Amino acid sequence: MKNASKNESTTEGKTFKNRRQFLKLSGMAVLGSGLLIACSDDDDIINTPDPIFDLGAGNLGILNYAYALEQLEAAFYTKVLDGGYWAGAATNEKIIMEDLYNHEIIHREFFRTAITSVAPDQIVPDLEFDFSSVNFDSRESVLNISQILEDTGVKAYNGAGQLIDVSDDAGQAYLLLAGKIVSVEARHASAIRDLIDPGSMDFAGDDILINLGGTGLAYDKAATPTEVLTEVGATGFVVTPFTANNLPTS
Amino acid sequence: MDFIKLLDSLSNKDLLNKKGSRRESFGQFSKFGKNMALASIPFGLAATSSKAGAATKKMASAAFMADNNDVLNFALTLEYLERNFYQIALDTNGLIPAEDRVVFETIYRHEKSHVDFFSAALGPNAIDEPTFDFSGAQAGLDLPTFTDYPTFMALAQGFEDTGVRAFKGQAGALANDNELLTFALQVHSVEARHASQVRRMRGSKGWITQAENNLPAPFAPIYAGEANTVQGGVDLAGMFSDFGGNDAVTEAFDEPLTMDEVLTIGGIFIVPE
Repeated sequence: MKNASKNESTTEGKTFKNRRQFLKLSGMAVLGSGLLIACSDDDDIINTPDPIFDLGAGNLGILNYAYALEQLEAAFYTKVLDGGYWAGAATNEKIIMEDLYNHEIIHREFFRTAITSVAPDQIVPDLEFDFSSVNFDSRESVLNISQILEDTGVKAYNGAGQLIDVSDDAGQAYLLLAGKIVSVEARHASAIRDLIDPGSMDFAGDDILINLGGTGLAYDKAATPTEVLTEVGATGFVVTPFTANNLPTS
Repeated sequence: MDFIKLLDSLSNKDLLNKKGSRRESFGQFSKFGKNMALASIPFGLAATSSKAGAATKKMASAAFMADNNDVLNFALTLEYLERNFYQIALDTNGLIPAEDRVVFETIYRHEKSHVDFFSAALGPNAIDEPTFDFSGAQAGLDLPTFTDYPTFMALAQGFEDTGVRAFKGQAGALANDNELLTFALQVHSVEARHASQVRRMRGSKGWITQAENNLPAPFAPIYAGEANTVQGGVDLAGMFSDFGGNDAVTEAFDEPLTMDEVLTIGGIFIVPE
């Protein structure tokens, strides 16, 4: 990172590029400010760097967390519908991908609206994504990433449910909303998995389910925000840095 | 999730101040037959009698507050129904085409696991398995459920979509217990995976558009309310004309069913004791 920051210059373009490089490590960037703070020790770093956005605390933090994930999904499907795979896909697959695009855009805009109404100054900014590692002309590439994103959405919402403070009406509404959305993400995951391996057990495959209480592989995962954001960061898709240092943990 | 811890947390709950046992309540429920409105009574009483002291105004504003054991037995009932349904189907020669068996064997295995988990979690408080009649005779139907594959498929979809809505409807009631809530969510999304698969095998979308019921008419209550476009106090109707319109809005959010609504649907297939 030190070397990278040496390249930092006064031009915005270069600053952007440099920032972008350092956000390739977004798995770390989103998870903690340690790395970012270390970098900012450099004298010759960006003159007036934008403050790194933190998702926030409490229910607002959870809403922002969901909003960030929905931004990622919506951005991905936007690229899918611009790509060669979708253009040449069979009709039923075209419809599925278009539906997923619509649903994720709606989820994203719903969260944007909901968060803006309660905390307009604390909403996650529009995130920038880099999907250059995905071949949007390739069915296999698109479906594989789609599967990962949908399965991630399922375990993210499953894990977020218990983090929502339901001591007021708004909190109860948020929990119900998480439930309303997570099952749609699961429906998506099931469909994508079946497109990849039609007629198999993969729609709810042993590869994604876990065993609870010794009763068998029959349960979706429930992942913490830290687990989810680490995985999301590792994809390299998230360009805009943000941290999640204040989310509830129980 | 720590299963032992869950069991401990369950056994520590104060179950002693119940007016009647859950078993009695479910017995009552299963006797209601066609008079489905009665199904609400045992749960309604349980909710007000054991929770009244602690229930705050806010809690009362939730769609339904029930004792956690009521919720678990409610879930167990649904899982019993599904397990029994798929078990009979898989045991019926000639019903499920060979190429579709792996799907229903997978679903059956999951439902069986769910029954085992809820039974273990409830321990002595678990209700007995009801007697099911999948012809729907309790509601005056005569469905060829296990002799006609399309009918079996239709009911499978109905049960899975109902399961999704049923678990969703209980999230608020379980919010007082993080482990139970998370567990219920982990089952809930698996039911949604099943639902999507069965719907797609039937030539439908994996998600629910508006309140469209593509099952026999008596099952319209399974989709009642799915056309809702108001989420978190925001009416999304008309906002997404470039993104699938209101159809997509309704697809993007699954809606809950109350316990009463689910028991009305389930009651079609439960034989009174």
